[in-house]
Amino acid sequence: MVLQCLDFEQPIAELEEKINELRSLHATHGMNIDEEIKKLEVQSKELTRSIFSNLKPFQVVQLARHPQRPYILDYIPRMFSDFDELHGDRHTSKGASIIGGIARLDEIPVMVIGHQKGRKTNEKIERNFGMGRPEDYWKALRLMEMAEKFHLPILTFIDTAGAYPGIEAEERNQSEAIARNLFSMSTLKTPIICSIIGEGGSGGALALGVGDRLLMLQYSIYSVISPEGCASILWKNAGKASEAAEALGVTANRIKKLGLIDEVVEEPLGGAHRNYDEIAARLKQTISKHLVELLKLPAEKLVQERYARLMSYGLRDDS
Amino acid sequence: MNWLSRLLPSVRSKDQKKDIPEGIWSKCENCQSILYRADLDKNEHVCPKCGFHMYLSARSRLLDFLDKSSTAEIAAQVTPVDVLKFRDRKKYKDRLHDAQKITHEKDALVVFEGALKKMPVVACAFEYKFIGGSMGAVVGEKFVQAVNAALAKRLPLICFSASGGARMQEALISLFQMAKTSAALARFSEAGLPYISVLTNPTMGGVSASLATLGDIIIAEPKALIGFSGPRVIEQTIRQTLPEGFQRSEFLLEHGAIDLIVDRRAMRSKVAGLIAKLMNCAVPTDPELQEGEDAVRQS
Repeated sequence: MVLQCLDFEQPIAELEEKINELRSLHATHGMNIDEEIKKLEVQSKELTRSIFSNLKPFQVVQLARHPQRPYILDYIPRMFSDFDELHGDRHTSKGASIIGGIARLDEIPVMVIGHQKGRKTNEKIERNFGMGRPEDYWKALRLMEMAEKFHLPILTFIDTAGAYPGIEAEERNQSEAIARNLFSMSTLKTPIICSIIGEGGSGGALALGVGDRLLMLQYSIYSVISPEGCASILWKNAGKASEAAEALGVTANRIKKLGLIDEVVEEPLGGAHRNYDEIAARLKQTISKHLVELLKLPAEKLVQERYARLMSYGLRDDS
Repeated sequence: MNWLSRLLPSVRSKDQKKDIPEGIWSKCENCQSILYRADLDKNEHVCPKCGFHMYLSARSRLLDFLDKSSTAEIAAQVTPVDVLKFRDRKKYKDRLHDAQKITHEKDALVVFEGALKKMPVVACAFEYKFIGGSMGAVVGEKFVQAVNAALAKRLPLICFSASGGARMQEALISLFQMAKTSAALARFSEAGLPYISVLTNPTMGGVSASLATLGDIIIAEPKALIGFSGPRVIEQTIRQTLPEGFQRSEFLLEHGAIDLIVDRRAMRSKVAGLIAKLMNCAVPTDPELQEGEDAVRQS
């Protein structure tokens, strides 16, 4: 897979290109330039480290939307075994923009649910670019209620630009579909761990995001509105998306500081898309750690603590 | 959640009103008729010419709706704080200050405990002129306190929504109010108490996708704009013009999203009748003469 570079990664890309050139020289002409290559590799790592240690919020937005960023279907085979995908809302649709199914996290059977944006054009269309319609959320709720019935912990993977804005979606009551998930997830008597793996876009993300733990990957984002949308409304200029991203505070670290999430999962150098195995292993380890804690709680206490957590949103220390 | 796209027309209409002497005359946003303000007040801000349901402040709505002199405000002291120091072209702090000055409210939700035809209830209403009725931490918290007050005394809950959605200036905190209010309603539902949600013009975005669509019974005022995505966002996404009447109350009724459409002037009787049946109470009777109520409204 050839890495696609974002604009701010250009200096790294140039250096990497140089390294590749030297490598091919080395291969074709047998020139001994090992040392030179090694030096440049160290330099490239340093450069990556320095660029990534100082990312602007909107650069993180770009990383969260990176076309090669791992999606739920990339995580499932790396984190779980024995995954059986389950389909359908039972009434109207297969619900393809949200994946769901039962798998094992090591030995523990779990319900896995999450948005899938789609990688190639065909898949993107089939998945509706990961933008859920009411039937996708109905399907997700059906699976979550089944999980409660069979005492399966629920693991959600959030990655969506938002719930789909369309005529049919409104006709089928998009609002109620989202609201119903928030309502029901707050009382499900089984552990729920939600992980933002890419874009946490507004209500469409929150509809899979009510739980006992909320995790974010380091370069994922979570926001009430897209930076572009916010800019066009408040600045009257969609070009001010970078300022909006800054003001909204969409990055994992900023949100962690506000106490709205439990943990930030660090990504490999240069972002999750550079090493799927590594990010999957890290996320799995973090989820497992939290799940062990949650499985110790009796169902009633679990739901009580979830409720207290939800009620604490927006409350200030001084109030 | 484009609360502002809904806010803009109202800003524009305010400009148009400039050529009308303030206080005495008013103009219908729908049919443009010039209306005598006292007539409009008497008619609960429903245009006497075309029946259009115009903006009504949260406080007058609740005072009109509940029995006279029965009311006590709940959570009146909760005030907004600009936690994020949010600033776009204007500081959020200044927006709050301006909104407070215009509306005389601390934030966009007003909650009362009172009586509806002698039945004790908790009722709340969104103040649309407070930053587009947007839901931030204060609205979420006050709504939860309304739910808790109703829960503690086992009273029915009524909410009149009028909102552009979540409040962008409170970023993720505002998004999470959707989860907070929905969770409180889940608990309320488990207690077997009725929650009546009344959707008024407009109810969009994060408010629509949480507390507003979770009513046991959902009522809409005629021709109210109700939906998740704003019409402009949908048009831009699908690159088509939207059908006539899209996302209006009548459209929602047709597609099964709401139980019924009720004229504002009949709301009090209708909601009282519904609640009395759900709570297994006798047919409600009005404690006051209609004329008496009108006199209060005009004052």
